[in-house]
Amino acid sequence: MSLVMKPVRRKLDMREGRVDLSHGSGGRAMAQLIADIFHDAFDNDWLRRNDDQASLDAQEGRLVMTTDGYVVSPLFFPGGDIGSLSVHGTINDIAMAGATPKYLSASFIIEEGFALLDLKRIAQSMGDASRAAGVPIVTGDTKVVERGKADGVFISTAGVGVLPDGLSLSSDKARPGDAVLISGSMGDHGVAIMSRRENLEFSVEIMSDSAALHGLTAAMVGAAGDALRVMRDPTRGGLAAALNEIAHQSNVGFTIAEESVPVKPQVAAACEFLGLDPLYVANEGKLMAICAPEAADALLDAMRAHPLGREAALIGHVVEDERNFVEMTTRFGGGRIVDWLSGEQLPRIC
Amino acid sequence: MKYVDEYRDPELAKGVAATIAAEVDPGRNYRFMEFCGGHTHAISRYGVEDMLPRNVEMIHGPGCPVCVLPVGRIDDAIRLAADPRVTLCTYADLMRVPASRGASLLKARAAGADIRMVYSTLDALRIAEAEPEREVVFLAIGFETTTPPTALAIKQAKQKGLRNFSVFCNHVLTPIAMRAILTGEGDEATRLDGIVGPAHVSTVIGARPYEFVASDYRKPVVISGFEPLDVMQSILMLIRQINEGRCAIENQYVRAVTHDGNLRAQKEMDEVFALRESFEWRGLGLVPRSALRLAEAFADFDAEKRFDIRTVAAADNPACECGAILRGAKKPTDCKLFGALCTPETPMGSCMVSSEGSCAAHYAYGRFRDRSRARIERAAS
Repeated sequence: MSLVMKPVRRKLDMREGRVDLSHGSGGRAMAQLIADIFHDAFDNDWLRRNDDQASLDAQEGRLVMTTDGYVVSPLFFPGGDIGSLSVHGTINDIAMAGATPKYLSASFIIEEGFALLDLKRIAQSMGDASRAAGVPIVTGDTKVVERGKADGVFISTAGVGVLPDGLSLSSDKARPGDAVLISGSMGDHGVAIMSRRENLEFSVEIMSDSAALHGLTAAMVGAAGDALRVMRDPTRGGLAAALNEIAHQSNVGFTIAEESVPVKPQVAAACEFLGLDPLYVANEGKLMAICAPEAADALLDAMRAHPLGREAALIGHVVEDERNFVEMTTRFGGGRIVDWLSGEQLPRIC
Repeated sequence: MKYVDEYRDPELAKGVAATIAAEVDPGRNYRFMEFCGGHTHAISRYGVEDMLPRNVEMIHGPGCPVCVLPVGRIDDAIRLAADPRVTLCTYADLMRVPASRGASLLKARAAGADIRMVYSTLDALRIAEAEPEREVVFLAIGFETTTPPTALAIKQAKQKGLRNFSVFCNHVLTPIAMRAILTGEGDEATRLDGIVGPAHVSTVIGARPYEFVASDYRKPVVISGFEPLDVMQSILMLIRQINEGRCAIENQYVRAVTHDGNLRAQKEMDEVFALRESFEWRGLGLVPRSALRLAEAFADFDAEKRFDIRTVAAADNPACECGAILRGAKKPTDCKLFGALCTPETPMGSCMVSSEGSCAAHYAYGRFRDRSRARIERAAS
């Protein structure tokens, strides 16, 4: 996202203006778009240098890196937008390793005709989220594609974090007997998105849980140390997908009690109406953790002491199971499997 | 969640389970068919089978609209969607149903067909209004529950003079399918002792249409709601009828079902639809007078006429047991394909597609019991 050219004098028309192909051409219009929208929103020393890359201080410990694409529809939803989501999601992917997120990059694919005002709102929201998290966006890129070749705007963010020596969390580390905890209610993000989809006419007072979880994970690492085996943010496919993935990677099974999994009444009602199961609905501000049984109480206390983990709950245990099933005792009193989600429950949730 | 949690109360469930356990005759077996996929789903999702005595067996019935739609009709829908003028609107469930030669609506869509997933007939109607240059076809499936909304949409289209909206009608009728199941029953060992009767279908047609089950086949029916407690209470009511030597049509779902049903909805259906001479059901084959087509007065909205659809019957995969499973003659685990070649990701038969299908329900919720059984058998040998 370099800015060597002097921007054009006339200001961007933020009220009526739209992104056109010249904004991606490498000329003055692009320089102005980057300056007025992105640099204005993300402002930091690295961007002010106007280089094509950011040079960062080498870090102690191990580097953790991740990248993620965001195509959520609609772009704005209760509790967030594609901008804040693209910051939170990538921070969370780093945080789940137990690492401290340090820097982000952001790449935009914008459809010709996209309103500048909406782009500004999204950039501001990204800037706000990145500042609130203390993780700056240090480099970026902008492309404009012809009308019809994208849907408004797609954002890719990458992140770099630092993992202290000695800590190693991984999805293959769950062992029989380990405790399974989640940080709060399931399904909020997916239902918030659905409540704004144009072909669904119901209004549910529910906000996306989109949030950066690295503060919570830092507290958890502090409380449980290497008794913490796995952390995972249950995004697409929800808690069910996260549990099944770990069951396979660790070659274990799970037993879960349905009544211990918090689900907001509005979310439960919306899922009931739509024939969805909250266990399969995406979250963007929740995590699941697996820890050695003796550390479970301390970990749960640490989670509940953090604002993003107040509703944390112990939901079950890891068991030996060569078939890698996630078994659940239903609230009703029977038993069932919580299987992988088959097919697409809802496209473009993040 | 008010009016829902009450029907999923674990304490009440324990009470019903204890009553069932106390009242069953240990000297006999009870084989009940839950007709509807909604019941199958509830039984699997809430683990109702875990709360029943071993001699009470639940057989999954054919009441899953996606499951009973024959391959030939899916082939028709795919051909229809290939027409560049056509926008085909369908429920998401149908997208992955396997058609002939490995095709599906999902694959047709990926290849460029304009196929859109909708939640109701009215969504399709709205698309037709918003995009007058498209020929919008609604792929209508389902039993009497979904038929009245289709009827209303067709009437609205007529009132509005919408020329670009039509319905590919695959609505089928419940009582006649029930008769086909009972007529086709095999030997003593597979004979049913009673039927857990449809919930939503019965809100429309009432309890009266099932009377033949008691009079002609001497079997009890208990119309049951779709919540797990409804199903358990209905099972108890069936057990009591059998123990008392009765066979009657009883209604557990009194909060929604009346003897005569929803007369207004029945009137709409009668006005817009007419009986087909015969219709193919997956599993049951050709069943006379078992399905609906659009009545002559609404023929302009009949996609079969507008696009000259002539269904060619197509065979299921020969190894697929969906047919026998839909008749209640086999269980999902009796099928060689189940869980190996046929999974929700790669369904070979329709019962593995819809969440109301017996195979999908057992795969998604109940497989752990197979393992337990295998373990018990291993331990015993």
